[in-house]
Amino acid sequence: MTSATHTRAIDGPAAVLDTATMTPISSPAIDRRAEYRALMRKWWFGAAVGVPTMVLSYPWLVPGLRDVFPRGSDQLWWLWVAMGVASLAVIIYSGNQFFSGAWEALKHRSANMHTLIAVGTGTAWIYSTIALLFPQLFPSAEMTDVYYDVTVVVTALVVLGMAMEVKARGRTSEAIEKLIGLQPKTARVVRGASEVEIPIDEVIVGDVVVVRPGSKIPVDGVVTEGASAVDESMITGESMPVAKGAGDEVIGATMNTTGSLRFRATKVGADTALATIIRMVGDAQASKVPIQRIVDVVSGYFTPAVVILSILGFVIWYDFGPAPAFTYATIVAVTTLIIACPCALGMATPMSLTTGVGLAASHGILIRSGDALQAAKKLDMIVLDKTGTITLGKPAVTDVVPSEGFAADDILAAAAAAERDSEHPLAAAIVEGAMERGLTAVTPDGFEAVPGHGIRARIGAETILVGKRAFLEAAGVHAGALEADALRLADEGKTAVYVAIAGRAAGLIAIADPVKPDSAEAIAALRRLGLQVVMITGDNQRTADAIARRVGVDRVLAEVLPQDKALEVRKLQLEGRTVAMVGDGINDAPALAQADVGFAIGTGTDVAIEASDITLISGSLRGVVAAIAISRATMRNVYQNLFGAFVYNGLGLPIALGVLYPFFGLLLSPILAALAMSFSSVTVISNANRLKRFRLQEVHA
Amino acid sequence: MTLDQILVTVVGLAAAGGVAWFFWFKRAAGVRASIVSDGFQEVMILVKGGYTPDTIRVTAGRPVRLLFRREETAACSEQVVLPDFDRSAALPTGAVVPVEFLPAEPGEHQFTCQMGMLRGRIVVEAA
Repeated sequence: MTSATHTRAIDGPAAVLDTATMTPISSPAIDRRAEYRALMRKWWFGAAVGVPTMVLSYPWLVPGLRDVFPRGSDQLWWLWVAMGVASLAVIIYSGNQFFSGAWEALKHRSANMHTLIAVGTGTAWIYSTIALLFPQLFPSAEMTDVYYDVTVVVTALVVLGMAMEVKARGRTSEAIEKLIGLQPKTARVVRGASEVEIPIDEVIVGDVVVVRPGSKIPVDGVVTEGASAVDESMITGESMPVAKGAGDEVIGATMNTTGSLRFRATKVGADTALATIIRMVGDAQASKVPIQRIVDVVSGYFTPAVVILSILGFVIWYDFGPAPAFTYATIVAVTTLIIACPCALGMATPMSLTTGVGLAASHGILIRSGDALQAAKKLDMIVLDKTGTITLGKPAVTDVVPSEGFAADDILAAAAAAERDSEHPLAAAIVEGAMERGLTAVTPDGFEAVPGHGIRARIGAETILVGKRAFLEAAGVHAGALEADALRLADEGKTAVYVAIAGRAAGLIAIADPVKPDSAEAIAALRRLGLQVVMITGDNQRTADAIARRVGVDRVLAEVLPQDKALEVRKLQLEGRTVAMVGDGINDAPALAQADVGFAIGTGTDVAIEASDITLISGSLRGVVAAIAISRATMRNVYQNLFGAFVYNGLGLPIALGVLYPFFGLLLSPILAALAMSFSSVTVISNANRLKRFRLQEVHA
Repeated sequence: MTLDQILVTVVGLAAAGGVAWFFWFKRAAGVRASIVSDGFQEVMILVKGGYTPDTIRVTAGRPVRLLFRREETAACSEQVVLPDFDRSAALPTGAVVPVEFLPAEPGEHQFTCQMGMLRGRIVVEAA
């Protein structure tokens, strides 16, 4: 006997592990395979009995058999008895789940597909058996024909439909199974003086992990040594490998390319980005699209309503139908039970949701719930936070404009020296800019920061001033000659910093937060999706307008204090807009929460941003485009499925009840009803699977 | 109308009424969750063609732990969803899967399979 334990490492799709071997003995995928094989065995048995049963039910229609089994003969009676026994075997072997499922449901005072099929096939069998054993109960001989073929073929077809359904359901959850499959098994860590290969569960926070060229990064961490490019496409959806060096974050389950890396583990076990992603995707796939709540109400009444319709159909056909009324009434009642497909109704939204959320995850987009998905479809305005969303969020030196008699490099080197110990964000950009150009920043002999204005530093005999124009003028430096350049730079969306060396205005250093290379393209794509694009920023109007022109947004909200962003979003909502907000998830959390749909962008390993409805692991705005496009495609799929399921049941039930009979003499056979019913539920799932063929290029076309 | 037709009509209408009453108008009293050592209100739910018990009575303001045990392979019940509490869980056959939540206010909530075919009720009563 093997003991089983329930693993809690990953909360999403739980697996039961064998404690001795740590291999799964039960998981949704394994359950599904077993279920599929069992159903297929039942189908083949049903089909093997079904074919001869169908032929032998109407031997007078088959030339050769007509003479062997004439109507009313003893040999035909015995043949039908044999068929009755064979069909009972089919009920017991292939159809037992209908009866046990119906019974279980009945105990809970509920009814489901099993109830309908069990009552339908059971009625056909009992009718046939009574007709066979006690023909004297029936007033005419033509009422004593048997319908064992209905029992057998309906059972077989519905079982086949269920098998195909199980298979297709497996495909809808492929995405999450692929994510689970990404988890590395082992890690090489430094323990003492040596590197050891240990199981992934034994890695602890703080371990130094060694990643060889071409191997998988086991857990999340920060690089301490080495340089390499890492393929993060499986997590972020970005196809280009990302360069990594000391200080950069690496994500577990991504693939190292050619270099070697050492990194310090920061998140392990259930805290890693991958484990969180798996959990979030699992939760989202199991959540409900708001429209589903309406469907749930309908399907709660659906099955008993079908049973009632079937009884009423029997009564009406018995009272008003043609002779033999009892036979017709029975066929109508059975057909009605069988054609109704509560499954198509029930599966319509969950199947699309599962596929859509999985599709999004494979592009590095985590959709939190069905609510987010439905809301994303209705958006008509999108607010983009400038810093870190449209721009890189990392100011850098873009231009150095020297005055007469000064060299650009000298100005930058002097400013960098002056700013070396400053805490100001622009200071970091200047120091970094100097380093990039290979300039060395000497240590200043004296240093004084005037908050909000600038910095005064002394290097040797020279005094260096870095700051606003007013700051220089106050120190008696005339900087008027630089004003034209400063205005030009401001119009380009850059911040100009004045530099004075030894009492003379030496030049300007322009600093800007560079626009991400794909921002303009992504904004154009958002506008093609019919969204009004708004940029929100704390920058002054001039800088904001300059960036807005470059990336092509419709509207600019400038000089907005960080704490007022949520209020601005609220104001847009009061204009009657359905507003999405895209931001970094930390500073913008209140605005993200206020928006109808909040997108947290570029979260790296911090994927579980509470305030966001949709999390984009990569930093590109194209992810927002993809997320909205996928949401719309998914909701379209949901509506198609619901429409299909309602139309199917709405047309199928009246036809089964025989509304066409008075006009065209058309009455559906129970076997055709079973075919239609199986086909309808398979169609719903296939349509959901069609979503997987969705390509993002469709957005750009 | 002949006698047998009258008989069939009367029996049929009675049966239809009986179906409606049986499925829609009769409600079970439910099972009260028991309080366990860590303060949770806990109840074991068997998942097999339905939820047993399918009506759970709990007290508001105290955390609830539902322990689902699925004993069938039919794909229908492989997931349980508590939409009002934003909770869901995959239920592998044979495993006991805990689902925890805090019912803050008295009221009635549903738990269903993903397709809404199997249904259960959580009745939250004032403390």
